[in-house]
Amino acid sequence: MTKQIISVTINGARQTHEVEPRLLLIHYLRETLGLTGAHIGCETSLCGACTVELNGKAIKSCSMFAVQANGAEILTIEGLASADGKLHPMQEAFWNEHALQCGFCTPGMIMVSKQLVERNPHPTDVEIREGLDGNLCRCTGYQHIVNAVRAAAKAGA
Amino acid sequence: MIANAFDYTAPQSLDEALTLIGNGAKPLSGGMSLIPMMKLRLASPEHLVDLGRLKELSYIREQDGELHIGAAITYYELESSTLLLGKCPLIAETATHIGDIQVRNMGTLGGSVAHADPAADYPATLQALEAKIVLRSATGARTLSTKDFFLDTFTTALEPGEIVAEIIVPIEPGLTGTSYQKFRQPASGFAMVGIAARIRQQAGTLSLIRIGVTGLSGSSYRATNVEAALEGKQPTEENIRAASALVGDGVDASADLHASADYRQHLATIYTAKAIRAALSRSA
Repeated sequence: MTKQIISVTINGARQTHEVEPRLLLIHYLRETLGLTGAHIGCETSLCGACTVELNGKAIKSCSMFAVQANGAEILTIEGLASADGKLHPMQEAFWNEHALQCGFCTPGMIMVSKQLVERNPHPTDVEIREGLDGNLCRCTGYQHIVNAVRAAAKAGA
Repeated sequence: MIANAFDYTAPQSLDEALTLIGNGAKPLSGGMSLIPMMKLRLASPEHLVDLGRLKELSYIREQDGELHIGAAITYYELESSTLLLGKCPLIAETATHIGDIQVRNMGTLGGSVAHADPAADYPATLQALEAKIVLRSATGARTLSTKDFFLDTFTTALEPGEIVAEIIVPIEPGLTGTSYQKFRQPASGFAMVGIAARIRQQAGTLSLIRIGVTGLSGSSYRATNVEAALEGKQPTEENIRAASALVGDGVDASADLHASADYRQHLATIYTAKAIRAALSRSA
């Protein structure tokens, strides 16, 4: 099967690679580019640990082929802090509210929470929980995650 | 989990896509059902044609008193469309019941319709709206009613070489109230039962009652016996309950590890009444 050349802007840097069409975006990010912040959890599009932003929209990178992202702009957890190392307000809020235990789900949680607050700057707790519906925390630390999203929204993340 | 190898084309135009599909390639839209199936190797297409980014399939517009929705419109675009929220809120409301933020950013209306999952949400809504489904191939186009399109579990009237190109839904006048009510399977979020209700209420009398059902059996359907039982009646609780109890009459209800056939029938009755009440509360 024919390999294809894709060109993608990832965290502001242009990347061009020849890939097999069946290469999943998460494998392209982790194995081709070495960006291991997005995690492979369930591989069945349920857990959300692989969440990244594609053209400004949070997506599950385990359920998309890298070739579908040709020409797109992708933001991963590695690209969220500014160049001087200053954390994104959502990262800051997760830090302050201790919204993680083992940390496995955290990159996906932060990426989807960023989208949630961008679309709904003043979410209720119910709306936060609904927004996190596609992300699982197997430490079951949901309350602190909800606290963090609420705090980030209040801080204008 | 790695899919079997395949070739991939991102066509520049719908015509190019239809030619390739006419030659046996499979269409890929948002991929929210197809890609997980490919990873599990339940599906192994040899050639995928990506419809997801075709501008020609990505629009929501009002035309000749109806709303035309391109097949590649995503659930997020449906739920956030001010045109739909104003003129056909049922189609926007249904999107909010699907998956999660990430899935709604990718999944498309046309993809869901073509896949015809028996537990998908949109088939109920399209049945209640009496939507028209426009199919296109390299050689032409045809328009089917929702009733004629959905045939059985994962089975539609699509012929080889055809794609779902557009969904046409009515503009709802103020007197019509609509609602989609669903009992979610807690892990997957799919509908164990989902009911779409569309009802007109004038001077305390019900008319134009349309009830779409998903999840109860192998295919979506319109519960015409519930509709007939309410036509011309007053919207009393007694009438609503009596009519809702008819929703699964003669239907071969599905049974699986999540719910027995009897329990699904029970849920269908309860959620039909809920959907009717919610639709009535929204009708002027």
